[in-house]
Amino acid sequence: MTMVLTEAQNLLKDTARDFIQSKAPVAALRQLREYYKDLPEGSCNAAAIELGYSQELWEQMSELGWAGIVIPEAYGGLEFGYQGLGVVLEECGRTLAASPLFATVALGAGCIQEIGSDEQKQTLLPKVAEGRTTLALALEEHPRHTPTRIATCAEATDDGYTLKGFKTFVLDGHCADQLVVVARTSGGIEESEGISLFLVDANAPGVRRSRTAMLDSRNVARIVFDNVRLKSEALIGMEGQGYPALETVLDRARILLAAEMLGGVQECFERTIEYLKEREQFGTKIGSFQALQHRAAKMLTEVELSQAAVMAALSALDENSSNARLLASLVKARLNDTFELITNEAVQMHGGMGVTDELDIGLFLKRARVTMQILGDSSYHRDRYASLSGY
Amino acid sequence: MNELTEFRQQVRQWLEQNCPVSMRGAAALDEIYRGGSRETFSSDEAKLWFERMLDKGWTAPGWPKQYGGAGLSDPQVKVLKQEMKRLGCRAPLEAGQGLAMLGPALLEFGTEQQKLEHLPRIARGEVRWCQGYSEPGAGSDLANVQCRAKDMGDHFLINGTKIWTSNADVADWIFCLVRTDPDAGKQEGISFLLVDMAQPGVSVKPIELISGDSDFCQVFLDDVRAEKHNLIGEINQGWTVGKRLLQHERTLMSEIGDLSMGAASDLPECARLYIGLENGKLAESQLRMRVAQSEMNSQVLQLAQRKAFEEAKSGRVNPAATSFFKYYATEQQSVRYELMLALMGERALGWEHKRMDVSSFEDQELSVTRNWAFSKALTIAGGSSEIQLNVIAKRVLGLPDRTEGANKS
Repeated sequence: MTMVLTEAQNLLKDTARDFIQSKAPVAALRQLREYYKDLPEGSCNAAAIELGYSQELWEQMSELGWAGIVIPEAYGGLEFGYQGLGVVLEECGRTLAASPLFATVALGAGCIQEIGSDEQKQTLLPKVAEGRTTLALALEEHPRHTPTRIATCAEATDDGYTLKGFKTFVLDGHCADQLVVVARTSGGIEESEGISLFLVDANAPGVRRSRTAMLDSRNVARIVFDNVRLKSEALIGMEGQGYPALETVLDRARILLAAEMLGGVQECFERTIEYLKEREQFGTKIGSFQALQHRAAKMLTEVELSQAAVMAALSALDENSSNARLLASLVKARLNDTFELITNEAVQMHGGMGVTDELDIGLFLKRARVTMQILGDSSYHRDRYASLSGY
Repeated sequence: MNELTEFRQQVRQWLEQNCPVSMRGAAALDEIYRGGSRETFSSDEAKLWFERMLDKGWTAPGWPKQYGGAGLSDPQVKVLKQEMKRLGCRAPLEAGQGLAMLGPALLEFGTEQQKLEHLPRIARGEVRWCQGYSEPGAGSDLANVQCRAKDMGDHFLINGTKIWTSNADVADWIFCLVRTDPDAGKQEGISFLLVDMAQPGVSVKPIELISGDSDFCQVFLDDVRAEKHNLIGEINQGWTVGKRLLQHERTLMSEIGDLSMGAASDLPECARLYIGLENGKLAESQLRMRVAQSEMNSQVLQLAQRKAFEEAKSGRVNPAATSFFKYYATEQQSVRYELMLALMGERALGWEHKRMDVSSFEDQELSVTRNWAFSKALTIAGGSSEIQLNVIAKRVLGLPDRTEGANKS
């Protein structure tokens, strides 16, 4: 396990920070958010608002190689590792930068990479690495993360399958080019056995997608699969045996999401400490009050622990360690709790300003609540950690 | 093969050949050899183990050879610790006030003569040290030192009292913060002195704690003598030495969690034993979640310690590390003991008694109770949690001090 970044990883982090801070500051999210208000006539942002992110930004990110960081060189990627992708996502988290990076690379391409056929990999991965194809993972069917409780089903036909069902909370679901759909080919509703993955064209007949407006202004969709006809080549991996691979992909994605959350945590924390040093009340800086100092010190402790957890988990992925599964639950629960704590404290310590829309802190608060639900909240992961540990 | 790997193999082989079987596996706290003129070995094999390790310089492996160590590099010391842990070897000599606190401070601030005089005697376990910092009026407010050391020309004459001095009743020497300039500012007139306790005027009174233990003592110093050459650092600049030593103390305190308390320190095992499993899960769902949370906190703390170690190795010392580790580790330790009480129920409520029969309780159960009570001291000793939070707020985060004349809120 390596807990310090290499020179190359540090360089990538610096590049990512410079790029994100200038091309995708928090103000960029504010523009995308106009979707929920009246769109000004002829607004130049109309396309981006429709898409939920800036296509130009995504192209630039792809030119920097970010879409292919964890994709093998054989399929046109950089093969630079998860710690590399982690530092990029961390920097994205600092400005709440919206892009297909997580849904396409960590979730969608992750499934193809893990159990796709060589033909699927050849067709898809180079295009993902170049930023020309975007993906989404259609998994959830319930209000809370329950990856084995799959009712969407794929019934075998003469030349393939018919897909029927409903998915919710699909990240980038309304705009992705292709969908990786988790469906049941056999087994009971709660069973991990019988779960299969399918690659589905997002515009295939019978696929009905509707974007849902979310608290954090980011992309989520509900998708209905109304007797969608699939060729047998649409199957990813072995029929009914998709769950172990899916779980591996979800664990990687949990760790990568935690890296993004860490960026948000650090940004909120630093902004709050700066505010404590500036803001005066009762004729003195509020940061001199012990009631706030101790809370700030506890926040620092949580930030430090979260940094270590993210670093260790990313490193476990790069080393293909058997420990990655346990660390995925450890780190997701940790970052859920830390992001909740830090955003709540940030709002409270900013006082009245903290609850205004003008201040960015509120945007972090909102993003925190959405990320806390993506791929499992803290009780889900504490329960999973206990089960994996044999109690 | 890289040098460290080779070193690891040599260490592993040596330990397997030289560590007596009875010195492997968890030891009761009083089975660890602590050195000093009053200490005896708990067994012949403990003596043999100590002597073999001493011969290698591995009682203080990181110290230079001329001071009684083995001159190992930090990564080598880490390897030695890992290999000892792997085989379950007990520490040959307890990492107490001499080895873990005064030693590193002397290496940093002592003169050549001071190092040669004191360090080998620590490494050889000949002298046991205690720490004279706190006073009845200077606990958390440590710089409020009143114990006075008067310059008598060729020596200092000390008058005052020290409290919460761990193991003073069995120690040979005491390192003290003393006031040498009563007119200087609070932190300015303090000096750091080494004092031989085997002289008239030194008296020690143990303090009984809620745990029934009395590791802490009060030390009375009446016209006690300290030679001039036992002043560490400059006169009136002892606060610098003392503060640095506190960092070593915090590191030591945050490692207390590693000290084996027997199987009971294994929370999941304790839970399985007292709660039982149903369908592979602990039968009480709320306690199960508390166990998981506590285990996750411990694991993340270990990861953070590892990160800090690797950062320090690559030359980037995390300024927050010692304070937040001390704070978090001891708070967590306290939480774990509360949880153990919850898991064990009535079985963790027994108390050793001189006249009544307590045989219905296992020794291990009785020790959980006592350790729980003692865990209350962990978040107070070595700078209370609140002091650690102050240090983080002011020195790490740079939050301002309260300005004079500010309106009262």
